Amino acid sequence: MDSILQKEYTVVQDDYVNAGKVSSDIKTTLAEIGISPKILRKIAVASYESEINLIIHAYGGKVYLDVSDDGYISLVFKDPGPGIPDLEKALTPGWSTASEKARGMGFGAGMGLPNIQRVSDEFDIESSPQGTTLKLGFRAAV
Amino acid sequence: MLAKEIADILCAAPLTEWDEKIMNQDYRNVFATDLMSDALAMIQDNEESTVLLTGLCNSQTLRTAEMLDVRFIVFVRGKYLQDIDLEMAKNMDITCLATDLTMYDACGRLYQKGVAGIYG
Ligand SMILES: Nc1ncnc2c1ncn2[C@@H]1O[C@H](COP(=O)(O)OP(=O)(O)OP(=O)(O)O)[C@@H](O)[C@H]1O
Ligand SMILES: [Mg+2]
Repeated sequence: MDSILQKEYTVVQDDYVNAGKVSSDIKTTLAEIGISPKILRKIAVASYESEINLIIHAYGGKVYLDVSDDGYISLVFKDPGPGIPDLEKALTPGWSTASEKARGMGFGAGMGLPNIQRVSDEFDIESSPQGTTLKLGFRAAV
Repeated sequence: MLAKEIADILCAAPLTEWDEKIMNQDYRNVFATDLMSDALAMIQDNEESTVLLTGLCNSQTLRTAEMLDVRFIVFVRGKYLQDIDLEMAKNMDITCLATDLTMYDACGRLYQKGVAGIYG
C-alpha cells in the first residue's frame, strides 16, 4: 500500500469567509483522480462538517488528506484544543454548544459528528484539553 | 416539475443568470431548512432533482449545496445574496432564486402542487 496523493491544509478559527474552501479543494482533488460522485459526496460532506467544527469549536487546526493505491482515502482533522469534555454527548444527534455566531451561519444543529460517523467507513475520535484528532477513512475504487 | 414552474409557483426571481437549460430541468424533491447540518445529514440521494429552500442567505448555504451536488436553491423571505456570494454561486454552477414568500407559504404552495419532500 503506497500513498499516491497527500495534501495538507490549515484551517483558521472563526474564519467564516473561507469556511468550506478546504473541503471544496479536497472534493475537486479527489474528483480529478476519478473518485466516483457517490463516494465523493460522502467525503465532501464529512470533510465540510469536520472543517466547520475546527472553525467554530476549536482553535483552528490542520487537515491531512492521504490516498493510497488500494483506494483507501484517509482524512485527519487535528486541532490544538480546547477538546471535547464529553465525547458521548458530542456524538448524540442534537447536542451542540455552538455560539450564536456559528448558529447565524447555519450551524449548531448538533448533527455534524453523527452525520460524519454515518457517512464514513472508518471513524475514530480522540480528545483531551490539548486537542481533538478525528480520523476518517473511506474505501473507494481508483 | 420544471424549475421554471417552481419559480412561477413561488413568484421567485432569479439572483443568478436565468439558465434555460436548468429552468427546463425536472425537480421532484424539496428540502427546506435554515440549518445547514440538517441539509447535509438529510439530503442523501436524488440530489440532482432536489431543490434546497432556505432562509439562510450566505456563503455557507452555497458551500453546503456544493458538497451535496445540489444545484438549485430558492431563498425565502426576500433574502438576497451579497455580490461576492453571487460570484461564488456562478462559479459553482448553482442557480439561485429569491421569493418574498415565507418558508411556510413557499413549502405550502409546492406541497399543494404535489412536489414531494426528500423521501419522494
Ligand atoms: N474540534 C472540536 N473541538 C472542540 N469541540 C468540538 C469539536 N468538534 C465538535 N465539538 C463539540 O461537539 C459538539 C457536537 O458537534 P457536532 O458537529 O455534532 O454539532 P455542532 O457543530 O454543534 O452542530 P452542527 O454540526 O450540526 O452544525 C459541538 O457542539 C462541540 O461542543
Ligand atoms: Mg458541527
